[in-house]
Amino acid sequence: MNSALLKLEGIGKDFDVSRPWLNRVIERAPRQLLHAVVGVSFEVRKGETLALVGESGCGKSTLARLIVGLHAPTRGRIEFDGIEISNPEAHVETARLRRRMQMIFQDPYASLNPRWRVHDIVAEPVRVLGLAKDEAEITARVAELLRQVGLAAEDGEKYPHEFSGGQRQRISIARALSGRPDFLVCDEPTSALDVSVQAQILNLMSELQAQLGLTYLFISHNLAVVSHVADRIGVMYLGRVVEIAASQELLARPRHPYTRMLLDAVPDLEMSGRQRTPVAGEVPNPLAPPSGCAFHPRCPHANARCSSESPKLVWRGETASACHAVEENRI
Amino acid sequence: MNLQRIWNHDLAYSFRRSPVTIAAAALTLICMGGALFAPWIAPYNPFDASSLDLNAAFSPPTWSAQGSPNYLLGTDDQGRDVLSTILYGARISLGVGLASVLFAMVLGVSLGLLSGYFGGTLDAFIMRVADVQLSFPAILIALLVDGVARVALPSDSHDEIAIPVLILSIGVSGWVQYARTVRGSTLVEKGKEYVQAARVIGRPALAIMLRHVLPNVTGPVLVIATIHIATAIITEATLSFLGVGVPPTRPSLGTLIRIGNEYLLSGEWWITLFPGIALVTLVLSVNLLGDWLRDALNPKLR
Amino acid sequence: MTSGAILEVKDLRVEFPSRHGTLVAVNGVSFSIAPGEVLGVVGESGAGKSLTGTAIIGLLEPPGRVAAGEIRLEGERIDNLQHEQMRRIRGRRIGAIFQDPLTSLNPLYTVGDQLVETIRTHLEVDAAAARNRALELLRDVGIPAPNARIDHYPHQFSGGMRQRVVIALALCAEPRLVIADEPTTALDVSIQAQIIQLLKRLAHDRGTAVMLITHDMGVIAETADRVAVMYAGRIAEIGPVREVIRAARHPYTVGLMGSIPKLGVGAGKHRARLVQIEGAMPRLNAMPAGCAFHPRCEKCFDRCKQERPEPRRVGTNLTACWLYDEQRTAQA
Repeated sequence: MNSALLKLEGIGKDFDVSRPWLNRVIERAPRQLLHAVVGVSFEVRKGETLALVGESGCGKSTLARLIVGLHAPTRGRIEFDGIEISNPEAHVETARLRRRMQMIFQDPYASLNPRWRVHDIVAEPVRVLGLAKDEAEITARVAELLRQVGLAAEDGEKYPHEFSGGQRQRISIARALSGRPDFLVCDEPTSALDVSVQAQILNLMSELQAQLGLTYLFISHNLAVVSHVADRIGVMYLGRVVEIAASQELLARPRHPYTRMLLDAVPDLEMSGRQRTPVAGEVPNPLAPPSGCAFHPRCPHANARCSSESPKLVWRGETASACHAVEENRI
Repeated sequence: MNLQRIWNHDLAYSFRRSPVTIAAAALTLICMGGALFAPWIAPYNPFDASSLDLNAAFSPPTWSAQGSPNYLLGTDDQGRDVLSTILYGARISLGVGLASVLFAMVLGVSLGLLSGYFGGTLDAFIMRVADVQLSFPAILIALLVDGVARVALPSDSHDEIAIPVLILSIGVSGWVQYARTVRGSTLVEKGKEYVQAARVIGRPALAIMLRHVLPNVTGPVLVIATIHIATAIITEATLSFLGVGVPPTRPSLGTLIRIGNEYLLSGEWWITLFPGIALVTLVLSVNLLGDWLRDALNPKLR
Repeated sequence: MTSGAILEVKDLRVEFPSRHGTLVAVNGVSFSIAPGEVLGVVGESGAGKSLTGTAIIGLLEPPGRVAAGEIRLEGERIDNLQHEQMRRIRGRRIGAIFQDPLTSLNPLYTVGDQLVETIRTHLEVDAAAARNRALELLRDVGIPAPNARIDHYPHQFSGGMRQRVVIALALCAEPRLVIADEPTTALDVSIQAQIIQLLKRLAHDRGTAVMLITHDMGVIAETADRVAVMYAGRIAEIGPVREVIRAARHPYTVGLMGSIPKLGVGAGKHRARLVQIEGAMPRLNAMPAGCAFHPRCEKCFDRCKQERPEPRRVGTNLTACWLYDEQRTAQA
């Protein structure tokens, strides 16, 4: 088994979404905290693709941003290659390690600066990290990267608006790779793309991973996409990880009731005519999560314990799930 | 970028299709040209006190009965040629207008960027200052700054520094609209993923603000500035009209209008009318240009 | 094309005159929808499917215009009507559901107010009867406790509930045709399933014809009876949903189905690569001659580059591809 490249322990992130001070004083409203991520612990092993799946409000995007340092965690610890990077005091050390991670974003139209030429966009990490001696070397590197992602070296002279969504995502990938990272966090990289373009990008990302020995954390709401790219899949619900397992295991034998519901909700393109159990309810408001297990109001297997006690993530071999019913072998 | 591409660019196309805009641009160019080349094309130098001939005071324009061929548009109460004074005065009006807009723009854009990017207490502070300032009319602010300057600085240097103080006061009275607009745009751009990407790459906040955000928020600033030039010119004219703007020895269009105002009802109409027409023409054409620019740059209308 | 069809579209052509020339966004599209049938119109971005829907409802923004073709609603032509006549038809005989439930509802009015207003605009009923009808509709679309919720504002509903309200709004004047443009794209996947079931049930129960526009083949598989696959403003293939999905003929449809990731046995990275169609859909101002798909098609031959194929019957589907030309298959 490969060593862990990224390790999260007890990560939590709260956002203060209280009304302005004046309103609170006048209306006597309490402070409101949004618990976007609650008690998340897992590791990403070198060379693998770990996917995080969940619907809106599950905290997967927030978690991605916590990992790359766009937000600071409220509690918990993040380790990269064995060294802690969540310590707000250790700037220099953290910055050095953070250079080995990069991020690819969801919206191909907003993730490239519309006023910069593609060449400058892709060259930015090279320049900032001081990886090249002079302009000529930078130009050569940019050309190499553009070719690697399936574009032409001449495309560097153009502006982002001259490219389609899929091509822009390729440019984003080129930018992410230019700093020679080991670890890429991909936040819904293909959700905004047409299905045939998605296929091109997923194939490209797969090839690049094999060529460059990259490790991916792949975030998506689409289980079908994730089943194609991931070695292991983690399922999130309302800020908590409810299940982690190897892809084949998760899809064949889902444990947590929410995973089962998600799988059931994936449209049946094989047209096997399988009867789908209708999905119950909607994701609750993250500001007012249910007591105990966050999923219990929608769960067909909930009992008294589920409404009072929040389940912990329990490992059995390579699979983990946070469910009382699973733990008690009820389902 | 060759000439062909510029001609075919969307902005140029929209410009070519609007006769009003072309006329406005032409008029602005004429006004600016006149102001710029005043020392060479004006028949007289109205600021040179020694060249003034008091006997020629109150001459009406050339085409009227007692007009003199020397003074095309007549003279004012001190014998200054109205045409020359318009040209030189326009120089001051335009110079003060452009300089104060530049000052307001730099001040407003910087504060707006800082406010929008950092948020929090800094944002709250800057915006509250802006809000307080907005509750005062711009003229009052300008008067205030001007008054403070007069008190603070020695009285014999008033005339030399009158114009910089004027630029300062009009600039200070006008920064808020830039700050607010830029702050709004900065808030929008800050949430976009290319800014987050730059943060992930590890660029410091200042670099992100200047190199990433600033180029994307300047669009509306240009439009505001164009229209603000017109407002600044009017503000300067108003202040000069009130007597607290440019010194009387170097009259601007506003001063001329004030001088002429006193004689309007006694029959010397040309002293107010021609500077007035010049001012209106200048301000109107700059306004129309600004209108066109705003519509042409609006992505939703394209 | 049956005469009992609620919607009949023949050779529809939508153009956008611009200073760079005329852009043809929908180029000769024909289909029909029978009562109670759900026709899925699927395609990627730029295929022209949304514009087709907009043209049918009559909400094309100038300079876009219907340049040719006919649109018939229950036998009557509606593409050449005056503004006012079209306005009366819209809402009463044609209902519309758009993608974003947040902006489809006016945030300043309660849900009940909006329903009642629409009902009274199109039906001759008094306020009390309209309110009863609104309550009935809310119940029909599955809003719990409709008596209380009818007086709530849109922001008090969750995304899925809002979309149900939008569906109620589209149905309240008992339209014969409903055009739904990406009704589930902005919703979570577990809610999507609920909404598409609802649409299907309502269509079948009321005999309403539904035109479901989406880029999501999964939604089509679950909801539609027939599906039309659009590419570059034209229909590539149209037929019963099972046939198009499982036994696609047109090379584009085949490629599209192959590129969609599917859950299944043997998950994980070491599965076969997704089928990828090289290139991208052509832009409107750079449309290839002949068949619009030919530059990306592996099976392209000479005729494809010169002549545009019309949809012709191949088994149960209509396919616009020279591979299935009778003369050619006769020679083979």
